[in-house]
Amino acid sequence: MSEHIVKSFDQELLLLDKKIAQMGGLAERLLAQAFDSLERRDPKLGESVVASDRAIDQLERELQEQTILMIARRQPVANDLRHIMTVLKIAGDLERTGDLAKNIAKRALAVSGENHPKSLMTGLKHMTELALRQLKDVLDAYAERDADKALGVWRHDEQIDAMYNSLFRELLTYMMEDPRNIGLCTHLLFGAKNIERIGDHTTNIAENVYYLVHGTTLADDRPKSDDTSSTLIRRE
Amino acid sequence: MDMAVQKSFTQDVTEAAAAKAVKIAARDVNVHYGDKHALKHVTVDVPDKGVMAFIGPSGCGKSTFLRCINRMNDTIPGCRVSGKIEIDKADIYDPSLDAVQLRARVGMVFQKPNPFPKSVFENVAYGPRIHGLANSKAELEQVVVTSLRRAGLFEEVKDRLADPGTGLSGGQQQRLCIARAIAVDPEVILMDEPCSALDPIATAKIEELMSELTERYTIVIVTHSMQQAARVSQRTAFFHLGNLVEEGPTEVIFNNPKEQRTQDYITGRFG
Repeated sequence: MSEHIVKSFDQELLLLDKKIAQMGGLAERLLAQAFDSLERRDPKLGESVVASDRAIDQLERELQEQTILMIARRQPVANDLRHIMTVLKIAGDLERTGDLAKNIAKRALAVSGENHPKSLMTGLKHMTELALRQLKDVLDAYAERDADKALGVWRHDEQIDAMYNSLFRELLTYMMEDPRNIGLCTHLLFGAKNIERIGDHTTNIAENVYYLVHGTTLADDRPKSDDTSSTLIRRE
Repeated sequence: MDMAVQKSFTQDVTEAAAAKAVKIAARDVNVHYGDKHALKHVTVDVPDKGVMAFIGPSGCGKSTFLRCINRMNDTIPGCRVSGKIEIDKADIYDPSLDAVQLRARVGMVFQKPNPFPKSVFENVAYGPRIHGLANSKAELEQVVVTSLRRAGLFEEVKDRLADPGTGLSGGQQQRLCIARAIAVDPEVILMDEPCSALDPIATAKIEELMSELTERYTIVIVTHSMQQAARVSQRTAFFHLGNLVEEGPTEVIFNNPKEQRTQDYITGRFG
């Protein structure tokens, strides 16, 4: 892409991407640490996650202000307008991702006294790993303006949904087996739900990258397979 | 896996525009000024009763093309126009056609307001009078008042009809010129940067007027203001170095143009 005649416009656009990269990096770290704090039942780490979520919020506010000012000042069109609008939307998705990660970390405080078998964490760990990989890929797709990579992320979200379904059933089964598991399993279930939501925000970002590159939107009929809202496990 | 790409809003617009009747059809239009090939093989349709905008850097040929539509280029020595331009399927370069009559059907408004050094009333009455469009004084007055109303100027000048047109503000003068153009009941109004000498309020009034005028007239506007083209037009054509680079629904041109040159120009990356 050639440069604008007005060079300060290019600098402003570069700054937007730099902040998105920063936000994305923070969101990845937050999610990883949030899971660690839960797995290790480490309330201290959990608290630090809560604190660094504020940095993401701050970046989102800055991006909001900058994009609005740029629209007012530059009256951008075509790919410039798509770029600016995409930044605004991605910032929103990353901010929500941070919030959801923070919510997982908060649960580390709640379950810190509980005794739980390590096997319970395995499903959630896999979900977190997949969500992290998706998040990383979509941020790369944005940085490289790679619509195909974004499309790959978009399609992959189905896997997170599938993991969530099976984890949902698994945790419900544990709860039925031993009511003493209910407290912990409920927190893990909410944690899994949060990660599933993070996956949805990641696909939102993928859709925005696709729009940024091609100027057309992806249809909203992404393969979805989260059927937990209609799932019930009956006692035999 | 099936990946459906949503049918975009812009596609709907394209289809709607395609359904509209063609008012002006240009086919392979070339203009030479002496040795200079100023306009190269331009083929484009202007739909009826809408606003079409021509954009492009200075010297790209957009004004040259605009002036072909009412044969204003005939008056320039050394200017040759070839190709075909039809209005309502009738060739406007037909030798048997009277260029003066054509210009009554195809009015023009220029960059700088250029009222005659006459009263407000006479500025508007001039055209209908020379074309014999009014049979009595009362009828002529009616035409003047109607034209001033359509140009959104009547309320501001109704007590000053006998004052010189040149005494009005710039924005009022430009609307007076529009009133003068519509007084002879044209079908097409050509506007060559009609707002470039006006302040934002006067510009907004002209733009509002344009959207009202499309109920009756086909408007073709040349503008350097990309935002203006985006606001007022339904179709936009981008010219560069005498070529028509890209033409389409305004939404497409400004959201997702097909040509790199269009994109570079509208986003301020040219050169």
